Amino acid sequence: MANIQSGRIWLLPDDVDTDVILAVRHLFLPTAEERARHALENLIPNFATDVIAGDVIVAGKNFGCGSSREYAPEALYDCGISCIVAKSFARIFYRNAINIGISLVENADIQDECEDGDLITVDHENRNIETGGRRYEMPKVPKHLEEIFKAGGLVNYHRKRNALSKEGGK
Amino acid sequence: MGHTLVEKLMIKNTGDDSIRPGDIVIVNPDCYMIIDAYSPSVINKLEEMGFDKVLCPEKAVVVFDHLLPVGNPSNDPLFISKSVELREKYKIQTTEKGTGISHTLMHEKRYAKPGTIVTATDSHTTTYGGGGCLSTGIGYSDMAAVLGTDELWLKVPNAIKIVLEGKLKPHVTAKDIVLKVVGDLKADGGQYKSLEFTGPGAQQLSMQARYTICNMALEAGAKCALFEADDKTAEYFDMDLDEIRWIQVDEDAEYESVMTYDLGQLEPQIAKPKGVDDVYDISKAIGTKIDEVFIGSCTNGSIEDMAVAADILKGKTISPYLKLVVIPASNKVFKESIELGYIETFLKAGATVSHPSCGLCAGFPFGLLSDGEVVLSTSNRNFIGRMGTKDSFIYLSSPAVAAASALAGEIVSPDMLELLTH
Ligand code: SF4
Repeated sequence: MANIQSGRIWLLPDDVDTDVILAVRHLFLPTAEERARHALENLIPNFATDVIAGDVIVAGKNFGCGSSREYAPEALYDCGISCIVAKSFARIFYRNAINIGISLVENADIQDECEDGDLITVDHENRNIETGGRRYEMPKVPKHLEEIFKAGGLVNYHRKRNALSKEGGK
Repeated sequence: MGHTLVEKLMIKNTGDDSIRPGDIVIVNPDCYMIIDAYSPSVINKLEEMGFDKVLCPEKAVVVFDHLLPVGNPSNDPLFISKSVELREKYKIQTTEKGTGISHTLMHEKRYAKPGTIVTATDSHTTTYGGGGCLSTGIGYSDMAAVLGTDELWLKVPNAIKIVLEGKLKPHVTAKDIVLKVVGDLKADGGQYKSLEFTGPGAQQLSMQARYTICNMALEAGAKCALFEADDKTAEYFDMDLDEIRWIQVDEDAEYESVMTYDLGQLEPQIAKPKGVDDVYDISKAIGTKIDEVFIGSCTNGSIEDMAVAADILKGKTISPYLKLVVIPASNKVFKESIELGYIETFLKAGATVSHPSCGLCAGFPFGLLSDGEVVLSTSNRNFIGRMGTKDSFIYLSSPAVAAASALAGEIVSPDMLELLTH
């Protein structure tokens, strides 16, 4: 995970659910790339075509509510979204997104104060966010999560641990 | 200081009674369930993570409910071959193939027992809390890690106590209770929290009613929902009450808030389209024209739900302007519904009865809606595009309201039926 993430804001409302992020009829498309093409299509038809790597989603409360489908954060990640700032996240989405290596930041104010398309910089090292000439603090993450986060997600976290234990076992 | 139910279950699992809300604990779940749709991804993640075996395969259950059978030629063989792979390579022997909806099977077949911790790759895993089981959903990466390590991290949640008092009026059901609660809490009001149901009204509810409520508690964002264990729980699980009596709310436990409901005052409830928490007394929706009615799903596909619907439909015919799809939640429910004559009642009334599965609630196999069409469904979600195109509309209700509305051709309260048919 990069220490500083910087890009344009895609401003989203409250309660964006996983059916909106990726509708069920696209879940079983053969490749991740094809699924990603349908990310958020019912809300922002041009999202998947216009989003570029480094862009940041800024949303309201309860982002990612609904089903446990990990395909939803995956589709956003595959479109180039590696950071989401929201007033709050739904629980399973939170786990899933961290597990695949998306950084999530809870912030109560940014959604109300920023504009769609503004530039935003998220600095994990110094724990702050800058956008629209304002600076916001970042909350602390529990230690266990930070480890997963730093490893770049749960897959990498376990891959490293398993590789180490196999080496150790030799 | 006493403990909330969720704390008690976590203490039982970890042996650590010093835990406090906000702490992160590592639990060893007693059982884990994988739904068909995610079995290929779980296998991929196991490989990517470098796990070559499942640590406790005897704890795992794989259920084929969303996608079997589904109208897509490549899907069925894929999912079946993945279940074989889970069995042969990872030694997961317990599979349920087409026997019903996962969440119903998890308690019906007694996989999710009182006093245990269960996790599964689906959001409505909260269901099993109806039987005093701490159950919560995860994604497939988390599941792969659980399979590889038998460990899951969980944050100890804050809890909301929901006290149920009084007795429901006729035609008012568990679904109306939970719709009301979700409407009051809103879609994020239970976020990261445990919703714990207690009080004399809770004790009166049947096990199926408790499962309905815990199933839909998820729509308020809850991490888990729990009922206390009592003689009904003990009977359902064929256990000695003394073994599970500890699953009870401590009077001095610290709850973040308390909500109290007088069930005697409750009217049938309706959630309006595109917002599970946009809930009203039925009087606000009466007369809404509908094109389809769906009775089923993991929320309302139990034998009691079939009984409620059959009672209303018996000897009558549905409106010629709509279709009614009824799907019992499991083979057991299906068989009992046949024996008790409910299926015959449905067929005579003009319903389409389908095999136990998620059916159109999962949004793919059949009965899907096109632009402008309206469904009244007993399932748990009415998100945009959930059961068809993005410009279709989903209302949610109890099976009683659904059955009555199927007869009337528009949303009505079951109490109005007498007036309508005479
Ligand atoms: S019935 Fe609906 S909510 Fe329940 S498991 Fe199936 S798809 Fe999910």
